[in-house]
Amino acid sequence: MAEEVKTPAPQPPPESEKKPTAEKPAAAAPAEPGKPAAPAKAVVPAKPAAPAKPTGPVPLPWTSPLVEKYKNQYGSGIDALTYLGQNYLAVDRSLIPDLLRLLRDEEQFDYCVDITAVHYPKREKQFDVVWILYSFPRNERVRVKTQIADGASIPSAVSIWPTANWLEREVYDMFGIQFDGHPDLKRILLPDGWKGYPLRKDYDILQQDKEWVQINLGIESGQ
Amino acid sequence: MSGYKDDSTNVSNGALSGPDRSHLDGFTPGLENPDKTYLDSNELIINMGPQHPATHGVLRVILKLDGEKVLGTECVIGYLHRGVEKIAENRTYTMFNPYVDRMDYCAAVSNGLGYCEAVEKLLNVEAPARAKYIRVILTELNRIASHQLWLGTHALDIGAMTPLFYTFRDREEILKIFEKYCGARLTTHAFRIGGCQYETYAGFEKDVKNFLTFFAPKIDEYETLLTTNRIWLERTRNVGVISAADAIALGVTGPVLRASGVKWDLRKAQPYAAYSDFDFEIPIGTNGDTYDRYLVRMEEMRQSMRIVEQAVNAIPEGPIMGKVPKVIKPPVGEIYHSIEAPKGELGYFIVSDGSTQPYRIRVRPPSFVNLQALDIMVRGLLVADVVAVIGTIDIVLGEVDR
Repeated sequence: MAEEVKTPAPQPPPESEKKPTAEKPAAAAPAEPGKPAAPAKAVVPAKPAAPAKPTGPVPLPWTSPLVEKYKNQYGSGIDALTYLGQNYLAVDRSLIPDLLRLLRDEEQFDYCVDITAVHYPKREKQFDVVWILYSFPRNERVRVKTQIADGASIPSAVSIWPTANWLEREVYDMFGIQFDGHPDLKRILLPDGWKGYPLRKDYDILQQDKEWVQINLGIESGQ
Repeated sequence: MSGYKDDSTNVSNGALSGPDRSHLDGFTPGLENPDKTYLDSNELIINMGPQHPATHGVLRVILKLDGEKVLGTECVIGYLHRGVEKIAENRTYTMFNPYVDRMDYCAAVSNGLGYCEAVEKLLNVEAPARAKYIRVILTELNRIASHQLWLGTHALDIGAMTPLFYTFRDREEILKIFEKYCGARLTTHAFRIGGCQYETYAGFEKDVKNFLTFFAPKIDEYETLLTTNRIWLERTRNVGVISAADAIALGVTGPVLRASGVKWDLRKAQPYAAYSDFDFEIPIGTNGDTYDRYLVRMEEMRQSMRIVEQAVNAIPEGPIMGKVPKVIKPPVGEIYHSIEAPKGELGYFIVSDGSTQPYRIRVRPPSFVNLQALDIMVRGLLVADVVAVIGTIDIVLGEVDR
C-alpha cells in the first residue's frame, strides 16, 4: 500500500527536472530515430530512484554462504542485512539460543564481544537485544538482533559463552530484561534493592530511587 | 579486615568445645562434593575492599577462604557508576566526547579515539591522514603511560616499591607532551569528531623524539629491577594462570589474552586509524601467568615506541579536520566500532535515530569483561596472590562501573 501511494506522488516533480536531461540526448543523437525512444524509456525507471534518495546509507541485504545456510534452515525467521560494511542478522526471538549456539559451533564465532539492549518504547516489542560476536579464525564480526516485548524473557547465553554472565546481568540491571537459565541474575552496577531500570527511555535522567538513597545513604537526595 | 563466619558454620558453642559440626554428620568428603572437606568449618568469608589500596579503586571482592586458600570470589562493582550511557542519550554527539575520557582515565586518549572513530564511521566520514598520524602518536604514548601506571602500582602491590617512583617519574614526560598539546594531562579530550582540534605545537615532534631517546633505556632499567628478581619471579610465575581457551570463552582481551598465547591485536586484525602504515610486532606469552603478562606489557611499550617513532618521522602535511558538518546529525542506523585500548578491546555501539543526540551508546569496556576472569584466575591461590592478580588484569574502576 505504502509503495502504491508513494510512486505516483513523486512522479510529477522529477518529470520537470528530467526534461532538460531527456532532451539533451535526443539533441545529441538526432540522426537515428530509434535511439531517442530508448533514453526516454530509461528515464521512467530512474524517476522513482531519484526521489527515493535517502539522507544516508540504508541497510542492504547481506548474502553469504552463512546466511544461505541458516535461511534454508530457518526460513523467514532470519533477515540478513549489512549497514556501512557491518553485517547483522535480525532474527526471530524463537531462534535465539539455537542460532547463537550454531554460530559458535559451526561458524566459529567463538568470542562474544558484547551483549546489550536498546529500548524503543513506542514499538509493540519494546526491546532490541543485541549480541555482538567475533570469530578469531575468520577475523569477522556479526551482530545478532532480536526483538522482545516488555516483561518477556530471553534464553541466557551463559552456557554458550561464559562471558555472557556479567554482560547479561548488566542488561538486566539497566533494562529489566530477564534471561532464562542465567546462573545468578541480579543487579551488577546498581545496588540490589534499587527500583527501576535506568536505561529505559521512560526513566528520566534526573530520576533516582529516592527511597533507597534516603534509607541507605541517609541523605535527602543523590542529586 | 572485617570478616564474618559463613552462616552454615555455627561457632556459638564456645571455643573449648570447638565449632559445631553437626551439619556434617554422615557427610563423606570427596564423593558427592569433592571441594568440601571436614575443614569446611573453617571456611571464612572475608571482604576485600571497597576501600583497599590494592584494588586500584573502589572494588569490593568477597573472598571465600579455606585458611589462606581462596575457594572462590565474588566481585561487587558499581561504586563508581555514573550512568555514562544514560548521560550520552541526553547530550549531543559533540558534548558527549569529553565524558568518554572519564571512563578509563589512565588511557583517556584511547577512549576518545574509539569514540571519535565510531561516530565518524556512523557519519561515513574519515579523518585526514595528518590527523590520523597525530592520533596514533598520542594514543601510543598514552598506551605507554597506561602501562607505566600499571607497572608501578602492580609492583607496589606485590611489594616492590622502587618501580612506582621510576614509572611515575617517566610518565610525567608523556603527560607534559599531552599538556603542551591540549592543555590537559589526564582527561585530555584530545580529538574531535572528524579529526583533531589542535594543530601540533611548535616543537611537538622534537619533544616526542626526545621522549623516545629518553625512555628507551628506562624500560631496560625497569627490567633490571624486576625481570630476573627472585622475589618477583616467585610472586608472579604460575600465579593467576588462565588458558587461551578460558580467556576466549570469558571474552578476555588485550595483554591478558595475548599472554595466554593468542596472537590477536585489533591494531593488526582490523586496523583502524593509521596502524596499517606501521611495522610492529604483537608480543605473546606462553603460560598465561602473571609473569607472562608482565613481559607482554613490557614488550608492548617497546613496540609502541616503534610505532611512535615511525609515525613522528612521517607525519604528512595537510588539514587536521575532515569534512564534518557543524551540527553532527548522523543518519538513522547503528554501528559498532572497537579499538585496541591498553586494556583490551574497547568498543562503542552507537544507535542513531537521525537526531543530534545519540539514541543509545553502549560502551564495551575491556576492564569490565576482563575482571570477570578474576574468579577462575585466583581459585586455589593464596590471599596475597589475589592482590597480584587484580594488579595483573589491569583494571580501572572508572571503566568497569562507567
